[in-house]
Parts: sequence; C-alpha cells; structure tokens
Amino acid sequence: MSTKSSWTGRVRAATLEKFEPEDLLPEVQPAYVASWIYIFGVATLAALIMLVASGLYLTLEGPAWWHTSNIGHYVNSVHLWSVELFFVFMVVHLWGKFWMAAWRGRRLATWITGCLAFFASIITGFTGYIIQTNFDSQWIATQAKDGFNAVGIGAFFNTLNTGQAILLHVSLLPLVLGGIVIWHVILVRRKGVVPPIDEAGE
Amino acid sequence: MLRILEINLNHPAHYVSVGPFSVSTGNLTIIISMFAIFVVALFLPFPDHAQSEKHAALKSEKR
Repeated sequence: MSTKSSWTGRVRAATLEKFEPEDLLPEVQPAYVASWIYIFGVATLAALIMLVASGLYLTLEGPAWWHTSNIGHYVNSVHLWSVELFFVFMVVHLWGKFWMAAWRGRRLATWITGCLAFFASIITGFTGYIIQTNFDSQWIATQAKDGFNAVGIGAFFNTLNTGQAILLHVSLLPLVLGGIVIWHVILVRRKGVVPPIDEAGE
Repeated sequence: MLRILEINLNHPAHYVSVGPFSVSTGNLTIIISMFAIFVVALFLPFPDHAQSEKHAALKSEKR
C-alpha cells in the first residue's frame, strides 16, 4: 500500500517532507540579516514569551493577589510592560517589513499571517484591558459596549460580561494567537528571510 | 531612592490637541519612541556587520 493512500502519509507529505530541518533550524543567516531592523521579529517573540509566562502566573493567583500583594503588583507590571514592548516591537517589525516589501518571493502567506497575528493581538490586548478588574477596565468596558452595539456585534461580544472576556483572554485568544504565530514563524523559516530589494535584483 | 523614578498617574491624562486631532501625552510618547527606534534600527551599525560581510565574501569566493 502506498504511504500516501492514508491520511497520515498525506499529512506527512504536506508537512514534514516539505520542511527541511536545515530550513527550520538554520545555523547561519545571509549577510543582509546583520542589521538591527531584523531584530524586531524575534524581540516580539521574546516579549510574547514573557507575556505568556507572566499571564500564566496571574491566571493561577487571581485578581485579589495581583491587586494587593507586592509580588502580584510586580507580576502584573511585568505583564503590562511585556504588552507595551510586544506592540512596540511588532509595529517596528511591521514598518520594517512593509518598507522592504517582505511579501516578495512568494512570501504572501507570511505577510498575511503576520497581519492576522497583529489583529489577533489587538483583540487579545483589548480583552486584557477589560479584565483588569479596576476602574480603568470598567471605564473601557462601558465605553466599548456602545461601539460594539453600534456595529452590530454586541449580542456576541458583550464587554460588560467579564466572565466572557476572561475566558476569551486566557484560553481562546492565546490559542488562536499562538497558532497564528507558530504558523508565521514556520513560514519565515521555510521561505527564508526576505532579501533587500537591491539584493534580489528587483 | 527609587521614589524619584515613580510617576504619579493618579490624575486625568494630559492631552495634546491640534485641530480635530487629540492624543494623550502617554500615547504620543510611545508613538515618537517607536519612530525613533525605527530610525535608529535602520542606521545604527550592527555589531557583527563587518564579520558577516567577510563571511559572505568568503562564501561567494568558494562558489
């Protein structure tokens, strides 16, 4: 029986056989990658790791802890500043990739997954702001509900429903964002880092 | 000692308004910082840059 007559064979052909280990975990990069502008993708990933780690800690301990204890304040601040740096690095990464037209060389899927990661990050960030359980989150939630109602999605996403926002923020959205980011990084590894426009002869 | 580094945020935000545009000073600071980081990243020499160019030259010579 041919290997590819089974779904396992087809999955292998669609994934593992297309990804060379040398592409997924390269030891050297082209000379043009030796520039600070290429640092911001991995800096975004580093901030995301800090976000997930501090977020897991906050999830385990809960609001009463992060509002009252010294360690809670510290971990809460680490989570906040990781978000700030995550978005700063991601936006600078986006500008860098936009101005070098990083979708060249059949890299459109990489560009689109990056855009999806950006939008998923905004939604995840927003749900984070409305579950702080303080006056700031109350203000954001009450103001945002009118906006969501105005565009007709208030029945599906009610910003005053803290339970819904918490579950979205700590379970569904991190899974969605994590999946998109992994997909994005795999595509970057598979297609390689986009060369500068003059280097590619375009 | 670290008290001097503390920023009191317990007041309404300061805003910069130009015509119809209005932005809080906090957000404006972040936006200006991002532009500054972007420009610095474009022009600041990378520490390993010379070595990488030498490596690429060696590689192309071998070909």
